[in-house]
Amino acid sequence: MTPFTYARADAAEQALELAGGGARFLGGGTNLIDLMRERIEAPAALVDVSGIGRTIEETADGGLLIGAGVRNTDLAEHPLVRTRYPLVTRAIVAGASAQIRNMATVGGNLLQRTRCTYFYDVEGSRCNKRVPGEGCDAQGGFNRIHAILGASEACVATHPSDLCVALAALDATVHVEGPQGAREIAFGDFHLLPGDTPKRETALAPGELVTAIELPPLPVAAHSRYRKVRDRASYAFALISVAAALRVEDGRVAEVRLALGGVAHRPWRAHAAEAALVGAAANEASFLAAADAELSAAVPLRDNGFKIDLARRTIAAVLSDLSGVGA
Amino acid sequence: MSILDNAKSRAQGLAMAALTKAVALAPDKWIPGSTPDPLIRKQNGHVGKPLSRLDGPLKVAGQARFSAEVALPNMAYAAIVHADTPKGRIASLDTAAAEAVPGVVLVMTHRNAPRMNPMPVFMSAAKAAGPDALPILQDDRIHWSGQPVAVVVAETQEIADEAAGLIAATFKEEPAVTAFAAARAKGTQQGSFMAQPLRNEIGDAEKTLAAAHFRIDARYTTPRHNHNAIELHALTCEWQDDGVLRIHDTTQMVAQEAWTIGRVFGLSEDKVVVTSPFVGGGFGGKGLWQHQACAAAAAKLAKRPVRLMLSRESVYRIVGGRAPTDQRVALGATAEGKLTALIHTGLTAKSPASPMPEPFILPTRSAYAAETMLLDVKTVEIESLSNTFMRAPGEAVGTFALECAIDELAEVAGIDPIELRLRNEPEKDPVSGLPFSGRHLDAAYRMAAEKFGWDRRSPTPRAQREGEWWVGMGCATGTYPYYRMPGGAARITLTAEGAKIDIAAHEMGMGTATAATQVAADRLGLSPEAIAFNYGDSTLPGTVMAGGSQQTASIGASIVAAHRALVAELVKLAGNDSPIAGAKPDELSCRDAGLCRADDEAAYESYASILARANRPSVSAEASPPLPLEMMHWSMHSHAAMFAEVRVNAVTGEVRVSRFLGSFDCGRILNPKTAASQFRGGIIMGLGLALMEETQFDERKGRVMNASLAEYHLPVHLDVPDIEVIWTDIPDPHTPMGARGIGEIGITGTGAAVANAIYNAIGKRVRDLPITLDKLL
Amino acid sequence: MALIVNGIEAPPPADPRVSLLDFLREHRGLTGTKVGCNQGACGACTVIVDGRRVLSCLTLAVQVDGLEVTTIEGLGTPGSLHPLQAAFVEHDGLQCGYCTPGQICSAVAMIEELRRGLPSNVTADLTAGTIAATREELRERMSGNLCRCGAHNGIIAAIEDAFGLENAA
Repeated sequence: MTPFTYARADAAEQALELAGGGARFLGGGTNLIDLMRERIEAPAALVDVSGIGRTIEETADGGLLIGAGVRNTDLAEHPLVRTRYPLVTRAIVAGASAQIRNMATVGGNLLQRTRCTYFYDVEGSRCNKRVPGEGCDAQGGFNRIHAILGASEACVATHPSDLCVALAALDATVHVEGPQGAREIAFGDFHLLPGDTPKRETALAPGELVTAIELPPLPVAAHSRYRKVRDRASYAFALISVAAALRVEDGRVAEVRLALGGVAHRPWRAHAAEAALVGAAANEASFLAAADAELSAAVPLRDNGFKIDLARRTIAAVLSDLSGVGA
Repeated sequence: MSILDNAKSRAQGLAMAALTKAVALAPDKWIPGSTPDPLIRKQNGHVGKPLSRLDGPLKVAGQARFSAEVALPNMAYAAIVHADTPKGRIASLDTAAAEAVPGVVLVMTHRNAPRMNPMPVFMSAAKAAGPDALPILQDDRIHWSGQPVAVVVAETQEIADEAAGLIAATFKEEPAVTAFAAARAKGTQQGSFMAQPLRNEIGDAEKTLAAAHFRIDARYTTPRHNHNAIELHALTCEWQDDGVLRIHDTTQMVAQEAWTIGRVFGLSEDKVVVTSPFVGGGFGGKGLWQHQACAAAAAKLAKRPVRLMLSRESVYRIVGGRAPTDQRVALGATAEGKLTALIHTGLTAKSPASPMPEPFILPTRSAYAAETMLLDVKTVEIESLSNTFMRAPGEAVGTFALECAIDELAEVAGIDPIELRLRNEPEKDPVSGLPFSGRHLDAAYRMAAEKFGWDRRSPTPRAQREGEWWVGMGCATGTYPYYRMPGGAARITLTAEGAKIDIAAHEMGMGTATAATQVAADRLGLSPEAIAFNYGDSTLPGTVMAGGSQQTASIGASIVAAHRALVAELVKLAGNDSPIAGAKPDELSCRDAGLCRADDEAAYESYASILARANRPSVSAEASPPLPLEMMHWSMHSHAAMFAEVRVNAVTGEVRVSRFLGSFDCGRILNPKTAASQFRGGIIMGLGLALMEETQFDERKGRVMNASLAEYHLPVHLDVPDIEVIWTDIPDPHTPMGARGIGEIGITGTGAAVANAIYNAIGKRVRDLPITLDKLL
Repeated sequence: MALIVNGIEAPPPADPRVSLLDFLREHRGLTGTKVGCNQGACGACTVIVDGRRVLSCLTLAVQVDGLEVTTIEGLGTPGSLHPLQAAFVEHDGLQCGYCTPGQICSAVAMIEELRRGLPSNVTADLTAGTIAATREELRERMSGNLCRCGAHNGIIAAIEDAFGLENAA
C-alpha cells in the first residue's frame, strides 16, 4: 500500500472536515483495504467513518432510516427488517461470510467495486475502469461473471453487492452529505451504467459521504424473497440473483417489485418485467413472459450467455414461489 | 531438450526397461517384501489404534510455528515483482523510486543478483528438485507471465510491498504460444514419465473397437488446477557466520531442497540446512520454485536474514499446478460386457521447461482386463509457468475420463456399473503381466454398495425428484499405486527411557509423525509416549519426499532397516550373559521395552538392563532399506470404490453432493483416525475437481486470471456433506507394515462418481470439468 | 489509546498500513493467527473483536484501537485447551493445522450468533426466536473458513461435541 494518514471521525460533519475533500472514507474496510493492497486504490488519507450512523430508526411514515455505519449483520438481524423487509435480511445473509458481514457497513456496501478479474489484475491486464481509455481485456476473455444488461464497449463488469439488489427493489433513498451540503439520491439513480466512463460508478460527487439509507414503508415487501445462484453453496459472488416482492389479488398480480443482481454494472431494477406483470395472471406463463420482456435486451459475451436462461428461470421460480404457484 | 538430454533420457529408459524385466523375473526371495513384515502378524497393540494426532494440541492452540513465523534478529522482509508478459525481454526496469522509499534495504534484479545456477530438474539426479532449469534473475529474458523480475527487501513488509508497487518494468514482447490450439498446431510429442514413454499397445485396439458389440467413444477435458494449500509459500532464511545457508521453509522435500539450493549457489549440500517442522498443506505444490532461491540470494546480498512470504497472487504466478488434459476414451465390449478394446489417449499441455506431462493413462494401465489396449499421452507446449504434480497426478483426471466412460458403457450395455466393472477385473496386471501384490476391489465394492444403498438407485435417469431437486447416484473406481522411492534412511537412538527416531521426513497434515510413532512403538516394543519422532530437517538421515503417497512406506522400510541394525548392536552389547546371547536379529522380537527370542518370549532382557550392563547411556544405529525393487516385481496398487449421491436443481442447475462414501482397499490402515481424514481430504478435493475448480488461464496472455481464493473456488463447508469412509484393511503381504499409501487415492474416482451421479439424476452427461451449473441448464 | 489483545494492552502501530493480522503476528509475536490469502477470501485470519468474529487481514490495526481482540492464544494453551480446541484434536478437525486457529475462533463466535438467533442463509424462518443447530446451519455459518486438507467433517463434529449440540443432520 501507498502510505496514508488515518483519522477517525465521530460525526458526519467532522468526517467531512477531516477529509477536506480529498480523503477516502473508510467503512468496514472489507473492500477498500483489499483494493488498496491490490494497488487498485491508493488514497493518501483515510477517514474512518465506521463509527458514524450505527442506528436503525423507524421513520414517521413507517419506513426505516438505516445509518451508513450499521454493520450488515446488525441490519440483517433487526426485527423490523426481518418482518417488514425479509428480502433485505435474505440478501445480506446470502452475501460474503459471517466475518465479512460483521465488519462491512451498509454505506460501504453501496460502494463495493466489481470482481472482474481483469479489473483486479493491475500488472497484467487492461481495464478502462482503472485506466480510462486503456481498453478492456474482459471483452473476449473470461467473462462468465460479467454483465448481460446495460454494458458498454468500455466495460462489461457487474456490481457485486447482494444487499443493493434488495435495496433497488425497494426504491430506497440514499442520504448523503458533502462539501455542498446534504442531499438525497434515489437508489435507482445512485449506481451508474458504465457508458464511456466506467471509472465513475456512482452519483456521489467528490467528497460526498453516504450517511444513511432510507427504506420507504412498503407493505408488499413483507412478502418478499431473495434468491442467489452461484458456483458453490456459500461464500461466492452471484452468477445471478433475484430480489422480488409480490402481492396477488384474485389471481392477478396487484403489485410487484423485481430486481436482478449479477447481470449489470449496477443492481438492475427490472422495470420492464414489472410493467409486464402488473395486472397479469399470476402464473408461470406470465412470469416467464415478464422475464423475457426484461431480458430481451440482454447481450451475451463469450462465456455468460447462460445467464439469460438462468435469470429467466430464476425470476419465474421466485415469482411462482411468492405467488404460491408451482413448486 | 537438447540432443544430449534426449540420448541420456533414452539410455535411462533402456536401462530402466532392462532392469524392470530382470526384477520382474527374479525369484521372490530376492525382492524386498518377499517375507511379510512381522508387524502384520505380531504387534504390540499400537498400530491400528485411532491415536489422536500428536501435534494436535500445538496446532489447535496456535503454537505450531510455521516457516513464516520464525523470527530472526535483524530480519528484513521481501516482496516479489513479476513479469506480465509471456515471453520476451525486459525493455526497462526502473527501480529508483522503490530504492528511494525510506526503509528499503535493496532492490535485487538480474543486474545485481548473485550468481545462481539453474536448479537441477526433478528426477535428473537423486536429490534434484527443480520444477525446471530456467535462469533465476540472471538475465533479461522472460519465460512466462509471472516470472520474478525483482525482489525488494525492506525493514517491514508494508514498506517492501509499497516499494514493489513502485518498480516500473516494461517488456519487449516476443511471439509466444499460449493457446492450446496453437500449441497443438505446432505438433505433439510423446509424453514420458519416470524415463518411460507414456504409451502402451496390446493388440490392435482400434480394429477391435470397430468390431465390438458395444462401443463408447468420447472426449473428456479437464482444466488447469492449483494446489491452494491455505498456508502461503514462505521461507525465512539466513547466511550464517559458519558459511551455512539456513532455510526455514514449508516444503515436502527438505533433503532435496538442501541439495538443489546448494547447486544453485555452488555450495555442498551440508552447507545448506533446510528445516520444515510444519507444512501448512502441500498436495504437490510445496516443492522448490524460484522464490526460495530469490529469498536466499536477497539475504546474501543484504547480508542479513530475509523473510519472504508470497502473496496469494504470487503463489499463482510462481508455483505451477496441474496441467490441462484433452482425453479420448473408447471402449469396446462383448454382449456380456467383457472389454475387448480399451483406448485411452490424448493430449496434455506442459511448459517447454517442465519435465512433467500430466500422465493421465497411469490408472488405466492396471484397471481392466481388456483384450486389446491403446494407451498414449502426447504433449503440446504452452509457454507458461511450469506445471507440476498435484495430488494424484495422472490418476485424478485420468480416472475421471476412464470411469465416466465405463459408466457410459454400462448404460449402453444395460449392465449395472458395478457388475460391469467386476466382470472386467484382471487376474494379473494387464500391461506389465505382473501379479498383483494385493487387489480386493471387489470386496471394496460389495461393502460399499450395501452400505450406500446402491440397490435403491434407478438405472434410468430422472427417476427421483424432491421438490426442485433431481436426485441421482453414481459410482466409480479410484486407484493409486504403491510407491517407495529410493533414498530412505533412519537413525534410531535408544536410551533406558525410550527411543528417538531421526528421519528427514515431513508433516503436512497426513499424520506422519503420529503413524510413524505407532509403527516405531510396535517395532521397538515401547509405548508411543517413549518414542520421539524427529523429522523435517535436512541434516537428518534419508531423502524422503512427501509425495507419491510414499512417505509412510519409505519411513516404515527405513525404520525396519535401522531397527535391524539396532538389534544387532544390542545383541553385541548384551554379551554372553544375556538370555538373548548369540541370537541373530531375525530370531528376536521386541516387547516390553526389551528384546526376546521370537520362539521363546521368556528369554527376554530389557533395553535398560542391556545398556546398564554395557555401561552405555544410549545406543544408536542408522541404516537404509534396500532399493524398492518390489515395485517392479509385483503390480502394487490401491483401489477405492467411490459412491456419490447428488442433487441437481431443476431450475438453476446447481449441484449439491448430499452423500458420499469411499470404500478403500489400501492394505493395512495404521491409524484409522488420521487415515480417515486423509481419505476424506482427498475426496473433498475431488468434489472441488468435479464441480468448481479451474485455474483460468487466459490464452491470449498466457496468464492466470483468477489468482485469488475468492475467484478460484474451493469447496466450502456447505459443499461438504457427511463423507463415510470404510476400508478392507487387508494387509499387503509385500509392503512395510502391510500398508500402501493413502494420501492421494481419495481424489481419484471422485470426479467420475459425481459426474455419473449427475447423469443418473438428470440424464445429462458432462465430459468437461468442472461441472458448473451452466453446463446443466 | 491501545488495543486490548487477549486482555493485555498493546499500543497501536505507528504505520497505519499495518493490518490487525500483521500487528498480531509481527508486532505482538502472536503467530497463531494465520495468513492464508490477505484477500478476505479464506478466513484463516479470523479473530474475535468485541465478541464478533472478523477478518484481521482486512482490518487495519488502528481501526480497532480501544477494542478487545481475542486470538487463538487467548482461548487456550496446549496444556490447558479450550473445550473446542480439545474437541478439534479428538475429532481430528485438522490436518495441516494452518486454517485451524481461524476455524476455532470463528466457531467460538459463531455459536454465540446462533444462540442469539441471528439467521443464516439456510434458516427457513426469519422470525423464529431460536434456530436449531442443524449440520446445515453449522456448515453454512462456517463456510467463511476454507480448509484445503478437507477436515470439514471433523470440524463440524468437534463443534457439535464441544457445544453439546444434537447431531441433527
